[in-house]
Amino acid sequence: MMLTVLALTPLLGALVLAFWPRSADPRLVKTIALAVSLVALVLAVVIAIQYDPGAGYQFVEEREWIAAIGVHYALGLNGIGLTLVLLTTVLTPVVILAAWGDRLPDPSRTNSYLAWMLALEGLAIGVFAATDVFLFYVLFEATLVPLYFLIGAHGGVGRSYAAVKFLIYNLVGGLLMLAAIVGLYALTAEAGEASFLHSDLLGLEMGEGTERLLFLGFFIAFAIKAPLWPLHTWLPDAAASASASTSVLMVSIVDKIGTFAMIRWCLEIFPNASQWASPVVLVLAVVSILYGALLAIGQDDLRRLIAFTSVSHFGFIILGIFAFTTLSTAGATLYMFNHGLSTAVLFLVTGMMIARRGSANISDFGGVQKIAPVLAGVLLIGGLSSLSLPGLAPFVSEFMVLAGTFTVSRPLAVVATLGIILAALYILLMYRRTMTGPLAPGAEGVRELDRREVATLAPAVVLIVALGFVPQPLLSVIEPALEPVLAAVSAGDPVPTQPVEAGASEGAQE
Amino acid sequence: MIAPTADTPIPAAQIDYGALSPLLIVAGVAVLGLVLEAVLPRRRRFVIQAIVTAAGLVVALVTSVLVYLDLPDVDEVERVARGAVEAEGAVTVDGPGVLTWILLVVFALLSLGLFAERRFEAGLSPFTGRAADVPGSREESEAVTHRLEHTEVFPLMLFALSGMMLFATANDLITMFVALEVLSLPLYVLCAVARRRRLISQEAALKYFLLGAFSSVFFLYGAALAYGYAGSLNLTLIDEAVTARSDSGGLLLVAMAMIAVGLLFKIGAVPFHAWTPDVYQGAPTPVTAFMAAATKAAAFVALMRVFFVAFGGASWDWRPTIWAVAVLTMIFGSIVAIAQTDVKRMLAYSSIAHAGFLLVGVSAAYLGVADGLSVTSVSSVLFYLFVYGVATIGAFAIVTVVRDSAGETTHLAKWAGLGRQSPWLAGAFTLFMLSFAGIPLTAGFIGKWGVFAAAWAGGTWPLVVIGVLASALAAYFYVRVVVLMFFTEPVGDGPTIAAPGVLTTVVIALAAIATVVFGILPGPMLDVVQHAGAFVR
Repeated sequence: MMLTVLALTPLLGALVLAFWPRSADPRLVKTIALAVSLVALVLAVVIAIQYDPGAGYQFVEEREWIAAIGVHYALGLNGIGLTLVLLTTVLTPVVILAAWGDRLPDPSRTNSYLAWMLALEGLAIGVFAATDVFLFYVLFEATLVPLYFLIGAHGGVGRSYAAVKFLIYNLVGGLLMLAAIVGLYALTAEAGEASFLHSDLLGLEMGEGTERLLFLGFFIAFAIKAPLWPLHTWLPDAAASASASTSVLMVSIVDKIGTFAMIRWCLEIFPNASQWASPVVLVLAVVSILYGALLAIGQDDLRRLIAFTSVSHFGFIILGIFAFTTLSTAGATLYMFNHGLSTAVLFLVTGMMIARRGSANISDFGGVQKIAPVLAGVLLIGGLSSLSLPGLAPFVSEFMVLAGTFTVSRPLAVVATLGIILAALYILLMYRRTMTGPLAPGAEGVRELDRREVATLAPAVVLIVALGFVPQPLLSVIEPALEPVLAAVSAGDPVPTQPVEAGASEGAQE
Repeated sequence: MIAPTADTPIPAAQIDYGALSPLLIVAGVAVLGLVLEAVLPRRRRFVIQAIVTAAGLVVALVTSVLVYLDLPDVDEVERVARGAVEAEGAVTVDGPGVLTWILLVVFALLSLGLFAERRFEAGLSPFTGRAADVPGSREESEAVTHRLEHTEVFPLMLFALSGMMLFATANDLITMFVALEVLSLPLYVLCAVARRRRLISQEAALKYFLLGAFSSVFFLYGAALAYGYAGSLNLTLIDEAVTARSDSGGLLLVAMAMIAVGLLFKIGAVPFHAWTPDVYQGAPTPVTAFMAAATKAAAFVALMRVFFVAFGGASWDWRPTIWAVAVLTMIFGSIVAIAQTDVKRMLAYSSIAHAGFLLVGVSAAYLGVADGLSVTSVSSVLFYLFVYGVATIGAFAIVTVVRDSAGETTHLAKWAGLGRQSPWLAGAFTLFMLSFAGIPLTAGFIGKWGVFAAAWAGGTWPLVVIGVLASALAAYFYVRVVVLMFFTEPVGDGPTIAAPGVLTTVVIALAAIATVVFGILPGPMLDVVQHAGAFVR
């Protein structure tokens, strides 16, 4: 019941806000939303404390939903799901606090703005916990609705176009997955009893061609969501038109559904097809890394820049997943969490800059660190974490991904490493142009962060630093959950060709 | 024919009136309506006709359910089936057939709410006061001043309904042809009697009549050829001839093609769809709602009955054609709908696209797994027809509410900003659009899922992939309407929302509730359509 309660808390909160009178004091509405998201955070922490890393799926719930076609309402958490549920519940209060000062196109609609955010949180938790593929699909598609309204109704210039583009891209992917799910139904119904349960699908017998076809249906959906080059073009538009809070929800949480689902559904249900596809996917991932980074360098719009850095980072995550080594997949999963944090900081702090300056163009800023040093400092920390500076959380995960990939394919790992250099370029150039030098004319209005904004950004910054030094708590949860996945999909980690001394391997693990 | 002689008595026809009672009740109430038309004073006719029609429909609904519960099980090889061939082989009262009756009567009841709504036209019905008047003439305004109303619309609707019910259960091609005419002729008349914009209403009726008559003849010719091939018009006997055939069956192919033309016309499948947008747009909106939901349901069940029962043995001959028609229909309907600027035309093209999705389910000709209950072509199409019909009636009901001084404003640009003015109405319309688009947690999603599952299980996965891509296309124009209503600034004064009367409100609410409930908890309804089983032959 814990998971249902956890997912229902924000959903009910959203319902309450939706029917709350519009004329009510916006401060009260915001307080309610924040309180609900904090309750969800507390529940998630309670779940995390009770979670036993070695015991597989936990907090399992299973009930018949649509008996006629074998659909179950089935929830359960493994280490990967837990990590992402924590990410969701940590970021939602942050995002709501950040949305406190958002100037909406229509200020009387604060209620619906916050209600959609809470709804999205609840649905995302459901997605990460669903162990029935039909339920997963329903929730996966349902997350489109809140995001669509968040972008389309509460975004900035060009929001209508961006919202429709976002929706159509994701709907096409989702519908291809639907076709594959229909195929799974036909297979299980033929084999006896129709079922969509993760556990029932694990050992499903299918022909080679069928497996590849179904794999593609799932994979394309997740590659659009993640997004993987060349299916990424909706993301920069959506991020440029959405509010900062919406962008965080979209990139840090909802896009993670794509990479999360690659592990849970693609790798586990279609292991042979995953192996068949992995050479192509690895190359696409590396292209994503470089392409995203190169385009990020060329952006003048801060939000588009961050969107392209995310394309690059998702490339790393997908690279780690499809390298099929213990190190790289664990790194990729950890990266999902860390990328969520660092992108949240970047989107939120640039959102604050944009709100003050009234422009998202890098060229309209300059010398801001003179008048707003704390703001500049937070931007720098967010940026440095994005370029994987050692000591900050993303470094650990990026290193694990690269090291794990190296044992599988040296050329790809070497080329992917270029992404780190390019990352330094796009972040530091952006920082130099906006923050250093003489104060740009027109940028005088960029005030220092106030107390609420510091409180908004602090949790994410603290976590980034903390996880940079002590990633072990999360890794100890993630690694056992990956064991069955890797057992299905790979013949084991490649054996090192060179003898390694005891002291050196310790360093590599950190 | 040998003349009967004294020693070979003619056996009396065995007719189980109980099993046929819903059909007889609807037809009987229609005749009663005509009598009332003759005896009642003009002023009191409208209310009494509406009440009599509603009462007749409720009784028909109850008896249909009773008949359904009473259907005998058939021990057919390994498949679930229930029912029997009645009326000397003319009518099959079986699970899918009676379920279709129930669907049709429900659709008729919902549409009746729109037929009888008199709030919008200052206390007058949505139908013209005197159809014989020249549009725009002095007589016409005279008819308005005298508050004339055509109350024949109620019996006409019942006649059409009885034709549809018979159409869905006919077991020989002649009965089916008669049913086709009985359902079509009243609809032609109903299309012509709109109160507003009478010229395009009459134009719509004429187009529908000419094309409809043309397609009926195709059907009749096909039936004649089928008789030539099989020596019988009875579907069961045709099946025997088809299954036992040893030749390539050129005559059979032509017969199937001709019959398919007649049926695909009623369904509105490409390339026999050309009438749909004009007729949907021109007909009075309540009639459009009734026609879009009910005609499609009856025609689809008839199509499946003919092709699964009579031509089931030749499925390898007709399935490729149906695949092609399904693909064309889905893609054409979805693409052309994008370009529409009129709500009713858009819904018409959307109904064409839906015909394509339904044909995906049909084309699989999937009978289900042996000894088990699973999604089959018949069950998935029945479910889809139900959710599509309900959402369609709901959507057209909302069209009747959005008005300006010249009647309904169907131009999409006038719908901009509807969400600000009346969020509930726009919310309901959004719900129907989402259901049409097949978004999860609406009934339309389960409907789409069902036909795709049947198609995949029947071995046609490429159709499923094309189907989902067409769904994405279709989603684009449904979402566009949502954007228009919620995110676009209203033009000028924006749309005027007439306060909907009780009847229309009830219709919209029921349709919306059904769309949500069968989206979240489709289990019971799926059980029912699966237990209906296969066609009885």
